[in-house]
Formats: sequence, C-alpha cells, structure tokens
Amino acid sequence: MKRNHPYLPITVENKKEMLESIGAKNIGSLFSDIPEKFRLEKKLDLPTSHTEEEVNRRLTALASKNVEPTDGKNFLGAGVDMHYIPAAVPALANRSEFVTSYTSYQAEISQGMLQTLFEYQSLLAEILQIDVVNSSMYDMASALGEAARMASRIKRKRPRFLVPQYMNPNHLTVLETYCESADIEVEKVKQDPRSGLLILDDLESKLDDDVSGVYIENPSYLGVIEEQVDQINRLVHDAGSLLIAGVDVLSLGLIRPPGDYDADIVIAEGQPLGSPVSCGGPLLGIFGCKGGTRVIRQMPGRLVGLTQTKEEPYERGYVLTLVPREQHIRREKATSNICSNQALMAVTAAVYLSLLTPSGLEQMSKTIAYNSNYAAKKLNELDGIVAPAVGSSIWKEFAVRFEDTTAQDVHEGLLERGIHGGTILSDSFLDFGESLLVCVTELHGKQDIDEFVQTVEEYLTEEVA
Amino acid sequence: MTKDERRYRQAKWDVPLLFEKSTPGQVGHWFPAPEDEIVKELGSVDELVSQKMQRKKRPEIPEISEPQIVRHFTRLSQMNYSVTQGTYPLGSCTMKYNPVINNRCASLSGFANIHPFQDTSTAQGALELMWELEKWLGELSGMDAVTLQPAAGAQGELTGVLLIREYHRCVTEECEQRSEILTPDSAHGTNPASAAMAGFDVVVLPSSDEGLVDTDALKDAVGPKTAGLMLTNPNTIGMFEKDINEIAATVHDEGGLLYYDGANLNAIMGMTRPGDMGFDIVHMNLHKTMSTPHGGGGPGAGPVGVKDKLTEFLPIPRIVRKADDSFDLDYDYPNSIGKVHGFFGNFGVLVRAYSYIYALGADGLKEASKLAVLNANYCARRIEQIKGFNLPYSQEAPRKHECVISAQQMKEDTGVTAMHIGKRLLDFGVHAPTVYFPQIVDEALMIEPTETESKEELDTFIDAMETISKEAYETPEKVKNAPHSTAFRKLDEYRAAHPRTLTLSWRMFQERLSEGKDEE
Repeated sequence: MKRNHPYLPITVENKKEMLESIGAKNIGSLFSDIPEKFRLEKKLDLPTSHTEEEVNRRLTALASKNVEPTDGKNFLGAGVDMHYIPAAVPALANRSEFVTSYTSYQAEISQGMLQTLFEYQSLLAEILQIDVVNSSMYDMASALGEAARMASRIKRKRPRFLVPQYMNPNHLTVLETYCESADIEVEKVKQDPRSGLLILDDLESKLDDDVSGVYIENPSYLGVIEEQVDQINRLVHDAGSLLIAGVDVLSLGLIRPPGDYDADIVIAEGQPLGSPVSCGGPLLGIFGCKGGTRVIRQMPGRLVGLTQTKEEPYERGYVLTLVPREQHIRREKATSNICSNQALMAVTAAVYLSLLTPSGLEQMSKTIAYNSNYAAKKLNELDGIVAPAVGSSIWKEFAVRFEDTTAQDVHEGLLERGIHGGTILSDSFLDFGESLLVCVTELHGKQDIDEFVQTVEEYLTEEVA
Repeated sequence: MTKDERRYRQAKWDVPLLFEKSTPGQVGHWFPAPEDEIVKELGSVDELVSQKMQRKKRPEIPEISEPQIVRHFTRLSQMNYSVTQGTYPLGSCTMKYNPVINNRCASLSGFANIHPFQDTSTAQGALELMWELEKWLGELSGMDAVTLQPAAGAQGELTGVLLIREYHRCVTEECEQRSEILTPDSAHGTNPASAAMAGFDVVVLPSSDEGLVDTDALKDAVGPKTAGLMLTNPNTIGMFEKDINEIAATVHDEGGLLYYDGANLNAIMGMTRPGDMGFDIVHMNLHKTMSTPHGGGGPGAGPVGVKDKLTEFLPIPRIVRKADDSFDLDYDYPNSIGKVHGFFGNFGVLVRAYSYIYALGADGLKEASKLAVLNANYCARRIEQIKGFNLPYSQEAPRKHECVISAQQMKEDTGVTAMHIGKRLLDFGVHAPTVYFPQIVDEALMIEPTETESKEELDTFIDAMETISKEAYETPEKVKNAPHSTAFRKLDEYRAAHPRTLTLSWRMFQERLSEGKDEE
C-alpha cells in the first residue's frame, strides 16, 4: 500500500527493524514456503481501499435501499419479530468490553462476561422453570436440531423423533439437516387443521420404543396455545420418550412455563429479548434441560458455573465449566461441534430480562395476548375473512384465511399501502386455504390495529369486489 | 513488583447477582399494559387463555430499577478484558482490532430493523450486500460459489462436511462406502467434531517431524473409504503445508474431496488461495479474518465457499441476481442439503465484514496478511531466544500468522508450566496465548499477535515474556501463584465441575444453600 492504513499500525521503519531483528530479507521471504505455482500473481478482483467516510457512505446507501417497516405497520413474525428495545439494553450490551472480548478462557480477567452469562442462565431457568440453561446456541432452529440429537444420545438406539405437522417450516428444514446425518428419522404427528391442536390419538399410535423425543410448540407456529400439555406429557413419558418444548419466552408471564408440564428439553428464540430483527440474524438459540449431571453432560454448548477462588480469602466467582463435553477436548466424541455461540446476544437478553421484572413480563405477555386477539377479532368481523383461521386460543400470531382472494394478492395489496401484512402460509401449508400468518406485538396499539383492519377492508372492497 | 506489573490493575467491584439486589416493587422499565379499550372489548384474560394454561406463579426474577441495572452491567464490563483494552494474542482466534465504523454500519436502522420475510422488493440493499459479499469471499478464497448461512465457523464446517456427503451420494454414488474423514492430529477440535456430527468416522493423521502432514501416513490412510480430508493451511503450528500439491493429488486420486478450515485464512489473503491449492470446499471465520467482534464467544459467521461441482448442494435459499439487476431469493435447489440457519445467517455480522473488506480493499487485505505474518515471526524469533522457551519443529520454516512456543524446558527447569505463564501474563495487561494446543506440542503456548498490534505493543508483550522467564528461574512461586493484579485470583474450576458443588443458576445455588451443601 502506498500509505499506512488506519487499521494497520506497523510503519515502514518498523518493518525494517523487525526484519533485521529476525534476519529476514523482506516480508516476501516469510512466504517463501508457499510453492511457486500457488503464489497469487494477479491482483484480486475486490474493491480498492476506502476512507471511513466512504465506507459510511456506501453502507448507508445500501441500508437506505431497504424499506424499513414503519412502526405499527409491520405484521411479520414467523420466527423473529419486532419489539421495542429499551435504550439501556444496547447501551450496556454494546459496551466494547463485552463486544470485543473472546470466550472467557481466562476467568480471572473475564468475570464481567462470565457473571453476565451466569445471570442469563439464571434468569431463563427461572422463567422457563427448568434446571439448566446453556450459554446459547445459534438460533432456535439449530437449537432444535441439537435437542433432537441430545434426545437420541440420552435414549440410545431410538431412531425416531416426532414433531407437529404444522411446525415452523424453516425450523423443520434445519432440524432435518441436523437429524439426517445422525440417522434420526423425523416424523410428523397430525394436528387438527381447525383447532391447531395435536391429535393425541395420532401421537399415541406413533409413540413406541423407537421414539427418543417428541417436540411440541407452545404457542405453535400458527400462534395456537397447546391446551393438552398435561396429556401430552403423560403420553410421552409413559412411552419412555423425552418431551421437547419450543416456547416464546415473552408469553411466559401469562402462559404456563414448560417446566410446569415437565418438558425435558426447552428451546426458544431469544431475539425478542432485546435484539433487533436484523434481517434474521444474529439470533439467539435458548436451550435448557432438566435433570441431573448425567443429563447435563449430554447437553451441547457452553455452561458457566459458580465457584470460588482457590485460596483464602474465598471469593465467589464464575468459570466455564463441564468443558470436557466440548469439541476442543473430546474432539470427535464431543456432544456437539458448537464453539462460537451467541454470547453477545445472551448478554443482550440478560440485560433485557433484568429490566423486565416479574410484573413487566406479565404485562408484556398480557399486552401481546390482548393486542393479537383484538386484531384477530376485528379481522374476523370483515366479510370474506376468517381469523383466527386455526385455533381459538392464540397468542401473538394467528392465521388469517381469505375466502375470495389469494394471500399473495392481499400481501401485494397491503404492501402498496405501506403495510407488511404477514407471512404467506399457503407457501408451506395447503390445508388452510389462502392465508397469512399475522404477528401482533406490544408495538401495535389499538389505533395501529384499527388502521390495519381498515386497510384490509379497503383492499377487499376495492380489489376483490 | 516490577515496573511493568504496576502498570496494569484490573478494575474490581463487588457485584452481587441481580437476584441478590432485588427489592420488591422496583421496576427496570415500563413495559406497556393492555389498552383499556381493548380490554373492555375482549373481557378478562380468562377469555383469551384458559385458566388451566395460565401461569400460576410469577417467576422469581429480580425487581430492580434502571439506574442499578446500568451500574451493575457497567461494573461488570469493567471487569472484562477485551481487544479494545489490550493485546490479545490468543492463537487461532485472530483477535484483531474491531473497527468502530463496522458496528455503526451494522446498527444502521435500514439494516437492524428489516425483517427477513419482508418482500424481497423491499430488501434490495440487504440482498445486494450479501450477493456482493459472496462474490468477494469467493474471489478471496478462489471458490466459485459461497453461502453466508452458517452462523459460526463450526457450523460452516458442519455445512462443508454435509456437502461432502451429499456429493458422494449424488455424484460419485459412493456415499455408503465413503465413510471416513481424515484430519491431522494438529487439527482444530471442531474438525473431528463436525465430521462426527455429519456421521463420518474420523481417521487421525500423525504430523511429521516437521510439524506438517505426514504424506506417507496420508497415503496409507487414504483409500476407497475416504470421503475427504479436512486441513487448515497454514496449519495450527503456524506453518504452511508446502506439500499441499501432493496432498491434494493424493486425496483427489482416491476420489476424496479436500476441505479447507479457514480459521487461519488471515495469513494468506492476497498471497495464495485455497481454491488454487486444490481445495474443493472452504469455510471462512468472518469474526476472525474480517474483524467482526467475537462478542465474548459469538455471534460469529462461517460462510462456506465451494467449487462449481458442489454448488447445487449449498443451503437454501441462494441469493440470485436477475436479468433486470434486481436481487431475489431462490429456494429451488432440489439437491440442497437444506438449511442450517432459520434465515440467512448472522446478517449483522455480514454487514461488519462487508465494511471491513470495503475499507481495506484488495491491497489492504494483502497488507494485513503480510503484517500478521511479520508480527508472528517477530514474536516467534524473539521469544525462542528467551530462556526456557523453544520453537518446536523446523527452525528454518517461517511461521505464518501464529507461532507455537513450547515451555517444556522451563517446566523441567523450574516447574513453571504454560498455564502458569499464561496466568502471569495477565498481570502485565496482556491476554494469555492459547495454552496446551495443538496437543502435539508439550507445554504449548500458541501466539497469534495479528496485524493490528504495533511494534511497541509486541515489544511490551515480549518484554513481559522475558520478565516471566527471569521470575520462573529466580522466584518460580511468583509465577505459579499468578495472577496477582487481576480482579480475581485463581478460580477453582474443579469445584465448579464437581457434582456436589455444580451450580449453573441462581435456582441451583438456592437449592444447594438450602441443603446445607455450601458454607456461604
């Protein structure tokens, strides 16, 4: 380079001194062991270097090519969703001491990260009512993949894993990727297309000595609250299988926590806990389990444990623990290959959950329950619409069926009117007719919902009639 | 107490857990309550959720006000060592400086607040960024196509070995037969773990006396069962596998594929490319090479590049550029391995990597690699001259981005181990190198200074190593009892892992206290 780049502090003078000190002619000689035929002669077809101002301009230009959904006009969910992020959350989680550190291998100088992750584990264990939560997986989808593999390790030689028929299709695809190579067969249990609930007879007929685990979603992908958790718990455990529950953490101020209906493994998407949607990543895979040390040893991912200093005066401190389960020690016998996880998102969730408090969690759960049910009710009052099209007791998301038009047309019609109207369900499931999955959170006040319903009505009268 | 030691003193606060600071009635934030009109319209909450599905008991999470929470986490942050504070020569992790502008770009509202299921017509900027980044990473690694979906290097590895399986299933039709993945004994632990996760048997190759792949052992191991070889080049010793041409030919001739572990890519940008060396698949750790922050252990990003013959197997969706130059998502790849992430990967990390590449450009990336190698060699040559330290394997071969120093001699002479040295370094305000890896070197200290350390900072580090050596030979207990100036003294890891004292949450802590298992 003609001049020093701001990120690169070694000067021409430094280079000379350093080369002299190590007895090398030039930097090129340090690459002399690369066989000549592999030395790159051409210049790579990459951008030229840019000043910070130019970087800023380019990235701002790209960002502004995206249409940012206006508050209250975005009803997209299906895996990640928009919530208000309290200002303190990014201000604390984005402190460079957290952001630019690595895995806390040196506990003595990393107590900040370690204690924060211990608080994360503790907060979620309490909300989920489960014994242990690990210090994060990549996202809910891969957490499910890991859960299926964990179940199959615990229940040796049981090759089948049951999932609900209408589960999140993206999570299903990832699950299959994780299961296929472990020789785990993923099999669907029927759900009633009207009530959205699991068909218990079908579950019972599929449960046998071959099933390692049964996965349920609560609320389900279609937003339906699964009412039969106690029966499911009995059936699954009577068959000697594990119950794996996928939940929404923000629903648990109102809805029974998975530990309460005896789930063995719990997974969730942690993005709603203070992280922006960010085009779908980075997310946060929440992963917890119940049971003793034997089960915990089958758990993938990192764990932070409380301990004390080795010598007097004894002080309480935190370290990474049960490390021998991990890939850098057990290598091909490790519980999982996970190494880098989503620690910073876990820090974010810890700060968010600290702000939440028990009453805040209850309020969030209730507000989302009220707002989403209100939206469904108002939509249902329109001609040619059924909402919720699946189930009766819903939370945050619900299916909306259109009798006289296609979901794609509604989607486009709403988009023209500045509304991101929901995810098209007919792409994944044909059973529900022309339908959208609509997501309503605390960000949608009565006025936003009324406007949304009115826009849908206008569209239906203008375009369809 | 030496001069250097006095300079560093980590902040220390007495920070109880939030659970212990809880005061009933305090709130941290006003979360919205349901609007009266909506409640009036819908009735009581029992109308929405049946009583039997309602939570009976509120979770016992802390009740704390905002100012206390702000202080709590600020104090914790001050008790956490990071790249913004000092030298972090943690080998193989490539702890380079994280440019501030990258974070600002990632938090631009047009990136942070867009939903992955927005209509693609409203996410053209995001798609363009990802499409362009794919091209750049392909060019840098010499690959024909790239997926950005894997959320970390290890997930990239899993993706890569699944691609190998799929290739043998669909192309060679020898999937059942090709059940083995070869990895050198010096490989990162994720390699064997990823191969096993994908259902392969792992065959370990011994290293030669030079610290390189033993080509004779490779020839003995490779055969009709070989699905592929996973290799990093330069390897974990920091040396370039100069026989890569022969290695590639050996594996390819037997019908296997060659997988490149990109953890060490920082050493060769613009100098050579995995694709040119014969690799078929490569993963790149953007949090290492492209300076995206490690975040205390994540989020990372582990894009995977492949040669043409493997493109059809990449995860869906693929980003495509249409005839009118607009961008879209294509799910129509029937031979794809499926998905490894719920959406498109760690997008926020991809934005940071894009900013970094755009800032440095072709010349800057090449210069970064050259300086990373210069810095590593400078450390290697200076430290091997310090009493008690040796540079194992070939003395002549230059190191690349990192060097592995053995403290075996020092251990024999003084009883001071690599771990002790790592802990003592903390007293000088330098993070410890990676210790005891790779496992083929006794008392290994794996040092990766990166290109973003100045000569002055390298000299400070080397001086600290010299001081520690002196101490080890004169007052070894001082080194063995380190660290001294950090917030905490040595922590009891055995106690943390023991079944009787294992405590992974506040709940477990309370249970333990109530059972009288702990003296606290």
